[in-house]
Amino acid sequence: MTWYSLLFGADGWGSLLLAGTVTTVLLAVITVPFGFGGGLLLAVLKLAPSRPLRILCDAYTTFFRGIPDLLALFIVYFGMQALVDKLGHLLGLEARLELNAFAAGVIALSVVVAAYSSEVWIASLNAIPSGQGEAARALGLDRKQVFFLVTLPQLGRVALPGLGNIWAVLMKDTSLISTLAVTDLLRAASEASKATTRPLVFYSAAAGLYLVFSIASNIFQGYLERRANRGYA
Amino acid sequence: MGQTLQAFAGFLVNYDLLATWGWRLWAGLQITLEVVALSCAIGFVLAYPICLARMSRNLVLSNLALAYITFFRGTPLLCQLYLFYYGAGEVRPFLTDIGLWWFFREAFYCCILAFSLNTAAYQAEIMRGALASVARGQTEAARSLGLSPYRTARHVIWPQAFLVALRPFGNELIGMIKASALAAIVTLLDLFGQTRFVFARTFDFSIYLYCALIYLAMTEGIRRLWNWMERGLSKHLVRGTRGGALAAGRAGPVPSTDAALEGGAVPTMSRVR
Repeated sequence: MTWYSLLFGADGWGSLLLAGTVTTVLLAVITVPFGFGGGLLLAVLKLAPSRPLRILCDAYTTFFRGIPDLLALFIVYFGMQALVDKLGHLLGLEARLELNAFAAGVIALSVVVAAYSSEVWIASLNAIPSGQGEAARALGLDRKQVFFLVTLPQLGRVALPGLGNIWAVLMKDTSLISTLAVTDLLRAASEASKATTRPLVFYSAAAGLYLVFSIASNIFQGYLERRANRGYA
Repeated sequence: MGQTLQAFAGFLVNYDLLATWGWRLWAGLQITLEVVALSCAIGFVLAYPICLARMSRNLVLSNLALAYITFFRGTPLLCQLYLFYYGAGEVRPFLTDIGLWWFFREAFYCCILAFSLNTAAYQAEIMRGALASVARGQTEAARSLGLSPYRTARHVIWPQAFLVALRPFGNELIGMIKASALAAIVTLLDLFGQTRFVFARTFDFSIYLYCALIYLAMTEGIRRLWNWMERGLSKHLVRGTRGGALAAGRAGPVPSTDAALEGGAVPTMSRVR
């Protein structure tokens, strides 16, 4: 069979790849609020005066940035599964509770992305002149208001390039989830190539689709950065 | 008291597990180190011509290099690895004909190939950023003093670019150590592969934590070594009192490659870390 009919033919594998593509995009997009939000929380805690908290958060970041992403995913995934098993045991359930693989994937990716993005958030928080907070305090805003009304709105512009980098990494990291039990783009390509023994066709197609995403995100990121920087020299 | 302490130590370190399976982790670590060292070295050698092609005024060359870099940085390494490892199987008759099947048959060689080509793309961008960070006037001044193009590069440009490239190279090395765990997916028994093997036999989750600690020791060690090297090498850039470089901290006085490439055609996507 030609590569064209393999992909787009009546009983081709295009639809499976498409479904995998949707899963990959969903994995990445759903991870963003949790991962980036968790990273911001980590960053704020690390800059907080509490020493034990700071040490704990630093340890978290060092650990998850220092080990392979794949290992981190395995640890979170199997660790959660073990926890769920224990929980089921405690509740005296007969049947084994199965973790939803997609949800577990999102949690595992979020854990890693939070560690990566916390460094970007810290650098951005430090980049905002302290005079901003002092001025806001002098105007009578309380600390919460200073953070949400003064610091946070300015943070996006500074953090955008760094977060864009992490988004690019995240998109590629979703492919690691294929080694667990989620049929994302890469796993769809694997299944198709096993069934047809034509791996070159399907892995090339998958690579092409990943490439489209990364180029599209680069363009979109450039647009966002230009937009965020309008009004700045 | 002694017993409690022993129980606590036993909780922290599972001696039996390590005594039975520790040698597997050690064997895996050696494979991991081999893979990383080979890929990074080969990648470094490949990166320089790619970087020169990317900076060349020849449009064909520069666009070819751009396509190479975009492909290898824009797609997941795991996908590239599959493409080489499983893709080679599809063209096996052809590879046998040209006498290269022995190479592609081995997961080890396929990993080295995929990792080298991948890191070459990242390292080429690091080099380009570092070279771009050296002011143009430096070349012009050196040339007008009568230095040959080679001597200009060797004595004026490279030493300055090297300092800028040092940290991103360190990050890339750390990135490769972490990325090398993917080798386990294509059956190679590296550190992570051996860990999965032991877990499949024992269902003892702590083996993953030992594995993590070994990776952590490597990446953290390199990070510290690099901080120390950069401090030592950038002393001359810091004005003022002793300890200035220390005070300047991680960001240091060394400009970043990302900053040097700002406004370039490709937004830089250095590996995080």
